[in-house]
Order: sequence, then structure tokens, then C-alpha cells
Amino acid sequence: MFYRESGDFKTSYSADQQTFPIRLDRHVVYGILAFAFLVVPFLINDYWEKSVLLPFLVWAMAALGLNILTGFCGQVSLGTGGFMAVGAYACYKLMVAFPWLNMFIVVILAGLITAMVGVVFGLPSLRIKGFYLAVATLASQFFLVWLFNKVPWFYNYSASGMISAPERTLFGIPVTGAEAPPWMTYLFCLTLVTIFAFIAHNLVRGRIGRSWMAIRDMDIAAEIIGVPPLKAKLSAFAVSSFYIGMSGAMLFALYLGSAEPNDSFGIAKSFLVLFMIIIGGLGSILGSFLGAAFLTLMPVLLKNIMVGWFGWPADLAAHLELLLIGALIMFFLIVEPHGLAQLWRVTKERLRLWPFPH
Amino acid sequence: MAELTQDGRKIGDILLEVKNITLAFGGVKALTNISFDIKEGEIRAIIGPNGAGKSSMLNVISGFYHPQQGEVWFRGQKRGPMRPYEVARQGIARTFQNIALFKGMSTLDNLMTGRITQMHTNILWQALWKGPAEREEIAHREKVERIIDFLGIQAIRKTPVGRLPYGLQKRVELGRALAAEAKLLLLDEPMAGMNLEEKEDMCRFILDVNEEFGTTIALIEHDMGVVMDLSDRVVVLDYGKKLADGTPNEVRNDPAVIEAYLGVGH
Repeated sequence: MFYRESGDFKTSYSADQQTFPIRLDRHVVYGILAFAFLVVPFLINDYWEKSVLLPFLVWAMAALGLNILTGFCGQVSLGTGGFMAVGAYACYKLMVAFPWLNMFIVVILAGLITAMVGVVFGLPSLRIKGFYLAVATLASQFFLVWLFNKVPWFYNYSASGMISAPERTLFGIPVTGAEAPPWMTYLFCLTLVTIFAFIAHNLVRGRIGRSWMAIRDMDIAAEIIGVPPLKAKLSAFAVSSFYIGMSGAMLFALYLGSAEPNDSFGIAKSFLVLFMIIIGGLGSILGSFLGAAFLTLMPVLLKNIMVGWFGWPADLAAHLELLLIGALIMFFLIVEPHGLAQLWRVTKERLRLWPFPH
Repeated sequence: MAELTQDGRKIGDILLEVKNITLAFGGVKALTNISFDIKEGEIRAIIGPNGAGKSSMLNVISGFYHPQQGEVWFRGQKRGPMRPYEVARQGIARTFQNIALFKGMSTLDNLMTGRITQMHTNILWQALWKGPAEREEIAHREKVERIIDFLGIQAIRKTPVGRLPYGLQKRVELGRALAAEAKLLLLDEPMAGMNLEEKEDMCRFILDVNEEFGTTIALIEHDMGVVMDLSDRVVVLDYGKKLADGTPNEVRNDPAVIEAYLGVGH
């Protein structure tokens, strides 16, 4: 009734395969984007930036990357944290070596470097599948974290073993470092995430995305109808690592400001991103965002409700928060094992017919 | 060289020839010294009892198995060792005995994947979408829509194939093979598990594909009525050996074939 596609006719294939085929979807998404770009920067403060918006954007980028590999190409990876570390350290080295380089270019170059590393660690996927591949990628996680701990060149021989982002400006305004205003870091991340979300959608709806999905759904049949498995799998690893590398660079340079391999990029981060895409929906761009929102924003929301509204002690709230998040994850996975994106899809299908059952 | 069939279709030169193929898995010989040819424009059936090596033969042709001995000649050239996707690029498409569709994708995407050997825009244009990638997509979409019309599956265009009933899935799988616009179409039991009506539809599609597009078809099928009606020539396998090769009539009256496969009335 409110949400309908009847009457929304398509008269060309180009209109039929556009990004948001249903008019209302299109308007809502463009509305949200306009709000995010034009209104939020004027309202944003330090708290909203550091606790809500930046973590959401950074992890959404990581979830997009892992979703390309796991959700679209069917290759399970537990190396996300390690690849984020590659992105962060590449970003750091680039920032230090080329102080004049535009930050957008630094982040994208960090992504490209991560893509190359990802291809190398993706090579085992040509031989092993499923859980075994997950274990093989786990090796990359431990190896990369070890590497960034042990080789001082990566952290420029700093005494603490940590890397911290020097101040860099964009259009004369600092975008990294302590002086960066919240709206600047926010807009920087938002721009990157928006552009690359559209790019991810373009990739998965075309030839390359189909070759990934064919490998995911039935690899032998895919090869027999003409998908080269080597190219499909390695390109998925490359693109996925590119996204994850960019998210690592953003996490380090814009959100944390300084990083250390064990805490910032440990195995827990790999699992976090994997849970995001499972809860959000494997094989769905929207799912990456929903999953990232669920796991980054829900704890903040719960904490605010319990501590802010009910006035409960903070330690009690912290423990309850873990319990509640766990319970919510189970609830959503039981209601819809295919994730929040599927839940949304089913709701849309119902809404389209409402109030008539058929 | 061109000869005409009774119903006026043109049979051309040899399109594919297998020579002295021997395929063994460890000590088990799946195929022993098999030779036969497939001519351009014909419908060639491969029949035989279960475990005779029919599917193995198709797997050899589509490059999935590599025989220990023997050669495959395609369009007058000897084929070197090839990966299956390279064989697909040469123009050989196939369907599978137990449906091998991409279950998470829609009918349309499955068919578009069938055309993947002919799509070439690089990843940067794909990322941009507008421009060459979209133009290529639309050009191929038009071809795929023609196949959708031909098979009468317009209504399920956007349905994920995992939700479709068996008969329709078989049809979509045929569509995916057709989408490749291959020179040679290999069909592995296209009518298995279908009811009479679905079988008749499928027969009609196979004949139409052969007549309208001139596609050469090699098929494996157990329904003898279908095989005898459809095919121009039949090759009979049993225990990995070739029993007979000839027109349906010759094969039907061959004592060895009757003994091994067709059976005698009691």
C-alpha cells in the first residue's frame, strides 16, 4: 500500500537493471544520502563522530569487502584483521614517505597494496574450500600481525611499536591527527564508503559479479560453462582485500589515530567482520551496512538506554550489553538465517502486496 | 559433403571427433578405445545402460576428464590438454544430469552467466558501469531475452532458480547452455525425471534449437522413444566399450544392443 512497485513500468533494459529499480527505494536512498552529506556535517560533534558514525563507516567498508569474498564468491576468510593491518601500515608508510600526497589517494593506494597481499594469500583458495580455507586464511591473520610486530621498518622504529597518524590536510583543513574537525573526518569516510558501495554494486551486478556468484553456487558447473576459477577467485580476493585495506587505513588514520597490531587488528576483528556479514546478510550490499550498523551501533544504543535513561551502574550495563547483543544475534538468526537484508527483502515483498494476501 | 535428412535439415562435415579414447580411474576403465564423430547440424544420441560411460564421455568432451589415451578433434583441429573453461570458449556448452544451476541467482542471471565467455569489459569499466559495461550488458541482455522468449520462461525471469520446480529448472539449465550460442550442445539426460508433457516440451525445444539455430546436439537419454524419434545417429556404449553406431533403425535391430540394453520381449 505504502510501498508498491505496480505502475512503476520499465521500458528499457537499462531502466530495468538500474541500481534501485523501485521508485520509492530510489527516493529513500537518495534522501538518506542527501541528509548524510548535507545535514549531518552541521550537527556532528565529537561524540557522534568517534562513537557512532566513524566506526559504522569504517566497519561497513570492511564488511563490504568481506562480503564480496565470502558472500558473493563463497570463499570463507578469517584474515580480515590481518588485511586491515596491511591497509593501516601501508597508509602509515605512505603518509610518512609522501607528506604531500592527497589523503584520498593514500587510502586508495593502501587498498591497492592490500589487494596485492590479498591475492598472494588467496592462492590457497584454488586448492582448498570451505572450513579448510578458513583455517588457511587464519594463517595469514597470524602471520601479518606477527610481521607488523616483529619488523621495525613497518612502524618506523618507533619506541612504543605503535604507529600514529601525522596530521595531513585536505583543502587546507586537517583530516587526520588530533586537530581534525569531526565533520571533516566524517565527510572523508562517508565519501569513500558511498563511492565504493556503488562500485561494489556495479561489480556484483555485472560479468565479474556473476562469475563470483557462479563459483560460489557451483564451482564445477561454473568452470564448465566458461568461468576461469583462477581469475574469478583471485579477483574476488583482490577486490575484497582492496576494500578491507581501505577500511584498515581509515580505521587507523581517521578513527583511531594510532594503532598497534595485536589490539587493533587481532583475530577478534576478523570474527567481528565475519559476524557482521552473517547477521547482515551474505551476498548483499545492503546486508554489509545493516550488519555493520547492528554490531557497532547496537552496543552504543544499549549503553545509552541503560546508563543514560535508567541510570544503572556502568559496569552492570557493560555486562548486560554483552548478554543482550548475544541474545539479539540469536534472535535475528533464528527469525531469518539469511540475515537482516533477507528480513528486509521479505518485509518489502509483503508490503508490496499489503493489505491483500496474494 | 552436405547431406540432407528426411525432414530436410542439412548435415555438414564432421564437427567433433573422438579417436580411441581410453579413460581409467585407477584400475577401473571407464572408457575403452572409443571412437565416434559428431557431424555439424545433427542430433547425436549416446545411449547405454547405467555405468556404461556415457557421462564420462561427455566429461571428456567438455574437458573435465582428461583421457589417458586418445584424441579429441574439434572443428578439424586436434585439441591439446585444456581446462573446461577453455573448452567452453571454443564453443561447447552443456547441461548436467543432476541440475547444476547457480541456485542463489535469478533465472536471468543464470542465463547471463551462460554468456560469460563472450563478455569482455574490464574491471574498471565494470566498476564505473555507465559506458561500455552497461552497453555490453544490454547487448547480451537482448540475446538472453530472445532465449527467454523461446523457452517461454518470461514469468520467472527474476525468480531465484532455487525456488523453481524441477521441470522449470531443467528448462532454465537448457537456456543457460543455449545462451552460450555454442557450436556444440551437450545434453546429459535432459528429460530425466520429467512427466510426459514436460518431456514433449523438451523434445520440441531440442528440435527447434537444432532447426532454427542449426546447433549441433549430442545428448544422453534413457527414454528410447525420445532417442529414436529425435536423433539422426546413435552410438551405444556398454561397460565403457562401443557396442554399435548408426541410425536409430540400425541400432534398434542390432542383436548386441538388444542383448545389452534394449532387451527382448518375453
